[in-house]
Amino acid sequence: MSDDATFMLDGRPIRFEAGQSILQAALAAGAFIPNLCHHPEFKPHGSCKLCTVKVNGRASSACTTRARAGQEVASDTPELNRHRRTLLQMLFVEGNHFCPGCEKSGQCRLQALAYDLEMLNPHYEHFYPPRPIDASHPDVLIDFNRCILCALCVRASRDVDGKTVFALAGRGTAQHLVVDCPSGKLGDTDFAATDKAAEVCPVGAILPKRVGFAVPIGERPFDIEPISVQAAHAAHAEPRG
Amino acid sequence: MTTREAALDTVLADLLARHGRDPGRLLQILLDVQARFTRVPPEAVPKLAAALDLPIGEVESTVEFYSFLSRTPVGDYRILFSDNITDRMLGNQTILDHMAKRLGVRAGEVSEDGLVSLDTTSCTGMCDQGPAILVNGIAITRMTLRRADQVCDLVRNRVPVAEWPADFFRVEHNIRRADMLLGADFMPGSAVKAAIALGRDRFLEEMRISNLRGRGGAGFTTAVKWEAARNASGDERYVVCNADEGEPGTFKDRVLLQYYPERVFEGMALAAYAIGARHGFLYLRGEYLYLRPMLEEKLVELRALGVLGRSIFGVGDFAFDIEIHMGAGAYVCGEETALIESLEGKAGRPRIRPPFPVTSGYRGLPTVVNNVETLCKVTEIALHGGAWYRGYGTKQSTGTKILSVSGDCARPGIYEYPFGVRISQVLEDCGAVRPRAVQISGASGQCLTPREFGRRIAFEDVPTAGALMIFGDHRDMFEVALNFAHFFRHESCGFCTPCRVGTTIQAKIMDKIAAGHGTQYEMNELEHLHEVMRTASHCGLGQTAGQAIADTIAEFRGDYEKRLARRDFEPAFDLDAALARAREVTGRDDADSRLVEEGWQLRETTR
Repeated sequence: MSDDATFMLDGRPIRFEAGQSILQAALAAGAFIPNLCHHPEFKPHGSCKLCTVKVNGRASSACTTRARAGQEVASDTPELNRHRRTLLQMLFVEGNHFCPGCEKSGQCRLQALAYDLEMLNPHYEHFYPPRPIDASHPDVLIDFNRCILCALCVRASRDVDGKTVFALAGRGTAQHLVVDCPSGKLGDTDFAATDKAAEVCPVGAILPKRVGFAVPIGERPFDIEPISVQAAHAAHAEPRG
Repeated sequence: MTTREAALDTVLADLLARHGRDPGRLLQILLDVQARFTRVPPEAVPKLAAALDLPIGEVESTVEFYSFLSRTPVGDYRILFSDNITDRMLGNQTILDHMAKRLGVRAGEVSEDGLVSLDTTSCTGMCDQGPAILVNGIAITRMTLRRADQVCDLVRNRVPVAEWPADFFRVEHNIRRADMLLGADFMPGSAVKAAIALGRDRFLEEMRISNLRGRGGAGFTTAVKWEAARNASGDERYVVCNADEGEPGTFKDRVLLQYYPERVFEGMALAAYAIGARHGFLYLRGEYLYLRPMLEEKLVELRALGVLGRSIFGVGDFAFDIEIHMGAGAYVCGEETALIESLEGKAGRPRIRPPFPVTSGYRGLPTVVNNVETLCKVTEIALHGGAWYRGYGTKQSTGTKILSVSGDCARPGIYEYPFGVRISQVLEDCGAVRPRAVQISGASGQCLTPREFGRRIAFEDVPTAGALMIFGDHRDMFEVALNFAHFFRHESCGFCTPCRVGTTIQAKIMDKIAAGHGTQYEMNELEHLHEVMRTASHCGLGQTAGQAIADTIAEFRGDYEKRLARRDFEPAFDLDAALARAREVTGRDDADSRLVEEGWQLRETTR
């Protein structure tokens, strides 16, 4: 790696490898940029927009923008964090999220980001969409109320499991996750609890059955340490490049 | 197997054969299914998925994305009212209400006997001859109460749409000012012959010299786009004509397609010649279905003339033909990567860019997407050269621009001007009636007030894809912004958070203000939403979805303020509205069943 393969993130030099996105390089260097639809193992999707940064003054998604030498990237600014809080609030009111009763609480990236970015309330009027749950599968439950349309399960099932169990359908706020079989029920697919798609959900939409509060609330990963701090630790634990 | 299912199988088998079992033609197949069954029957989805070797989820995704496809039956006669602000200004709501009463069906519903359904739809591109409707996809212009009665009678008597009076379907060109393009005669084949005489490189050089820029709005230099596609690696290359003219208030492409189709197709052949493409697509918006038979005929003529086909005009390696793909009611497909997704049969969600279509477009191969008007301009450059072309317009904006003028003026229609024309000139020529504001480039464009009418139409001053809607001094600009807010909520593809949720919240806030429950708080909220959507949205739709609101708040604040409640804040939850269902169930509507808020009374009495 040549020495000039660096860009500046909020005044801090970040080294990158050819082909990395700004987000990948930043996370590898232990610099956290908030994100939800990103997953290190999958191609960038760029839909949640939490990772929106300003690259040389121009707004773009850090997950879909290639890192280039000499870029000036602004991320942790009051303006961008205000936008991020709004985006989180949008996600919260669009679905039906009740953290206190959610098995994913303390491990949920949406909740963790909301704490980290100091989102204090949902701000907007709740949409309260009617979204029936799908408990047809013997081992896995889908609670559509919590789905944030990040398409991680869609990508995992298609790209890793080779099953295309999920897809996103519908337009605008009518967009929703669909299960790929005539009945539309997860139980009628070849989905398995061991699938990659069963573990990538950043929120509590896809959950294993018969696991309830095995780890008490208060002792879960994001209860102990904010998501941004954990990301920095993870980078130091597994240095890349 | 039931007889109904057997009938479905027969129809699907026939359609699949006609479309060559090409999964890329999924949307085209679904449009045929919709026309045949007045919906896409749920049983058809797994059958099509199996036949086309697609995941069911992907078929569902396409079915649910497009407004003209529906999962539940629409009427045998599906009547859709174009609901652009210009249609509203021409009184479409009165006509819609009248028809609803006469047909006994409410907007958004299907009559009990399944005969007729009534609804609104986004701008159908007939703003100069509205109010307009679509009946089973075919455009009817100049609606009046009398014409509405006639339509109702025809529907009641179950007269096939093909037998309705021809005058209903007459679409005028309304060309009010013709310049270098609209005023010139054109001999089919002449432009392609001229380019062949120049040779590929010289022709591209002429294109460069002309400095032609895309007419779809973004203004990218056409020659640069073509060169990039020509130099990109790929076994095939594609030329796509973007005829998905969905921007509210724009209808110039419709006129070019209807009255200058040879220019459009020949422009595509020229692009193919320059980049080395063999296949072309015309992506025609669903609202212009009425043009399709004529365009197909024109393609047959051009093949007979040798403008399309193999070894065009004797050039051995120049083979090119064009296929027409229909859109299905999705404004976002005007965005070129969404359009390409749609061409591939999928939901029209914009792709991540880069890569750009010139390197990775249709089926991942180099693809040039050009606007209808841009392609027409290409024929002029082939015929007369780049230097001649550059003689029109301004240095940075060469040639002429066609404007779609509608709203409060004596002569709405099509105006072609050299770039650099002042807005005041356009307003004078069209007989604008005491203009209070002009919305340039449609709902996603900018709102200009009289002190800016001295500005010029040009990429370097006031860029536009061509729409110019005029609002007289009696118009309420809040109504304009409200109409656009509803439009964007309906058209957001739903891919990214800021646009998907933001356009809905924005519309809710505008509705709250419209209902008299808005406060200064909502005004601030609208401005903040615009900022977030503009900064964070994935594509131009979300980035511009709050622009008209921001502009009208800045320039016509009074139109908002006169609606605001006289207090600092009103909650979004409306208790009285929440009681509506209880009133309905109990059949009550007396005074005691309604909540009268203090704030409301205060506002009523101080107005």
